[in-house]
Amino acid sequence: MKISKLKKNVVLKNGTIIDPFNNSEKKGDIHIENGKIKTIGKIAAPKSSEIIDCKNLNITHGFFDLHVHFREPGGEDKEDLNSGSLAALAGGFTGVCTMPNTNPPIDSPESIRYIIDRSEECPINIFPIGAVTKSQKGKEITEMGTMINEGAIAFSDDGVPIGDAKVMQNALEYSSMFDIPIINHAEDECLKCDGVMHMGKVSTNLGLPSSPGITESSMVRRDLEIAVHAGARLHVPHVSSFRSVEHIKALKKKSEKISSEVTAHHLFFTDEDLVSYNTNLKVAPPIRSKKDKKALIEAVKSGTIDCIATDHAPHTIEEKEGTFDIAPFGMIGLESCFGAVNKVLTSNNKISHLELIKLLTVNPRKIMKLNQDLFKEGTNAEIAIYDPNIEWKFSLENIYSKSNNSPYLNRGLKGKIKSTIVKEHIASQF
Amino acid sequence: MKNTHLLGLKDYPREDIQTIIDTGFRFKEILDRPIKKVPSLQGKTIVNLFFENSTRTRISFELAQKRLSADTVNFSASTSSLKKGETFKDTVQNIEAMKIDAVVMRHPTPGSPLHLTKYIDAIVINAGDGTHEHPTQAILDMMSLHEKFGYLEGLKVGILGDISHSRVALSNIYGLQTMGAEVTLCGPSTLVPPFAEKLGVKINYNVDEVIEWADAINVLRIQRERMKGGLLPSIREYRNLFGITKDRLSKHKKEIVIMHPGPMNRGVEIDSVIADSDQAIILDQVLNGVASRMAILYLLLGGKPEEESS
Repeated sequence: MKISKLKKNVVLKNGTIIDPFNNSEKKGDIHIENGKIKTIGKIAAPKSSEIIDCKNLNITHGFFDLHVHFREPGGEDKEDLNSGSLAALAGGFTGVCTMPNTNPPIDSPESIRYIIDRSEECPINIFPIGAVTKSQKGKEITEMGTMINEGAIAFSDDGVPIGDAKVMQNALEYSSMFDIPIINHAEDECLKCDGVMHMGKVSTNLGLPSSPGITESSMVRRDLEIAVHAGARLHVPHVSSFRSVEHIKALKKKSEKISSEVTAHHLFFTDEDLVSYNTNLKVAPPIRSKKDKKALIEAVKSGTIDCIATDHAPHTIEEKEGTFDIAPFGMIGLESCFGAVNKVLTSNNKISHLELIKLLTVNPRKIMKLNQDLFKEGTNAEIAIYDPNIEWKFSLENIYSKSNNSPYLNRGLKGKIKSTIVKEHIASQF
Repeated sequence: MKNTHLLGLKDYPREDIQTIIDTGFRFKEILDRPIKKVPSLQGKTIVNLFFENSTRTRISFELAQKRLSADTVNFSASTSSLKKGETFKDTVQNIEAMKIDAVVMRHPTPGSPLHLTKYIDAIVINAGDGTHEHPTQAILDMMSLHEKFGYLEGLKVGILGDISHSRVALSNIYGLQTMGAEVTLCGPSTLVPPFAEKLGVKINYNVDEVIEWADAINVLRIQRERMKGGLLPSIREYRNLFGITKDRLSKHKKEIVIMHPGPMNRGVEIDSVIADSDQAIILDQVLNGVASRMAILYLLLGGKPEEESS
């Protein structure tokens, strides 16, 4: 991947421009001047402009991932904000929200300020999510108001479920005055017990301790009920079970402030892929059954699930080389995301290409109340250029993260990012 | 043999299980001789890698190896000193570097024998991986059933007790079904895996009905930790509902064959008088364990089925 500064005038030539904000899809050019969108349409390139040939390629908004773990501070052997940014660029992402389960956790205005300052030095836009509770201990809520003033975009104790319903109620009621989302990692720890995979026929065959779908859905239901009661904004992350989908669908009818995401890996894999005991497929919540996967795809189609996230969770090779019980939960996902979801969701026309792009662009930005009209004149250029049809095999050389805990390695994907434009730079993988 | 390793009995070929059992019977004859040793595996080196405590399985394997004249090394380690994955890898690669032919491994983590095959070239034999499989136990159980009944096809076998936490149960289910036997699981519903019926077995929570139905019952050990985990209310309750007691068996007219993989909790899942009675074949299982493990080692390390008793 080559990253270079954009010239004063850049013209993206002869691409298919997909505008997920205005629901349009047409052939044309984009003129970027001083890193900002100038004009879209048929463009006579000004002298000395850089022409980028986009024939047979699609041009759309830079993708946005509202759920990544960049491990800084404290886990820099796995990832840092710079290396995570490179992984994002390789996947077409121009903006991400970082989860606060670092060491120490991002649970104060000062630590939010640290991420904001550090992100200035990074090649993508980084929006920190602050912790819901101090030290992510699930007891006392953090100084949310001051953290928002420093740049916190949402709150989550991700990685650690908020077990105490009263704390969850406090957090939702308190955050409702700022109208920004609380994101709770929903897995009832009593039901999860020592489970390392989904409970089903496969876990019975493999003899691995497992937890059923209700481990998630019972807590999702609780969170939804409290959010509706409090009139608060709730975002349900990494939905994995069909029962959670049912609850979200039901409670969305009662509140407009509920949103949810699904990860690429919960759409791509099923628990049957775990028969090899591949620790890279050990994630929380676990990859579930075919029935759950089918329900997740349906929920994406119907709009019950609003967007796609990666839950990019780097871990060192040494940790993942351990046996299944001691390997940590999580997989990386930024580099492989588009090729995976494009393969799963657009084959057999499950959803249209435009709808898929919305799940990666305007929908997550809407949840985080960010600008969604990225092709408007004068907007800072955030663009992904990709080949939607190419079939390729994901391999180590496609990984820019410091870690390589990916179960997609050596698997076939469809659709590949060619260039990503953000912060007046272009990252190319031609 | 179709497979290089013996990791589990899921999808293990029927003809290979039969070959092991047949070969096991021939090795059993050797165990009755005054000199109980043959040179079949002379010059082969086998490591017994035990990451978890075991007495009978380890001794059974060791004895089988000695009877076949193999060189053996024992490695025991508590996993507390092996918490890190790379240490597991280092340990096994170190052992491999010393040029060995086979590894017999017990490990508390399901899937670890498969994991091991990725790191070493030696033949791997699973001596129990957590709550997953214990294939050599199931083979000796099937050999014992075959010895008692003369056939396995159509045999009705009940497996009783803590199915969820039992590697013996899972391997027996796979093996017995492959050999054409019928299996019914019986035990408290908290100790029967929720998806057990997907394994193709029947489930019956009434032990008296299972006794009426079965030709043999394999009685599993009930661990007292299950009480702490809230999965069982009490030993008394368990004995009332599921115990293989003298009183219970005396109510049934038919005499059923009783098996137990050991170690037994006498007075918990089984009464002492039953365990010591003629209807129990528990000590035959132990002897068949040595014979069948001899057969497994011999066949996997390159011996041909018909050559061994020369």
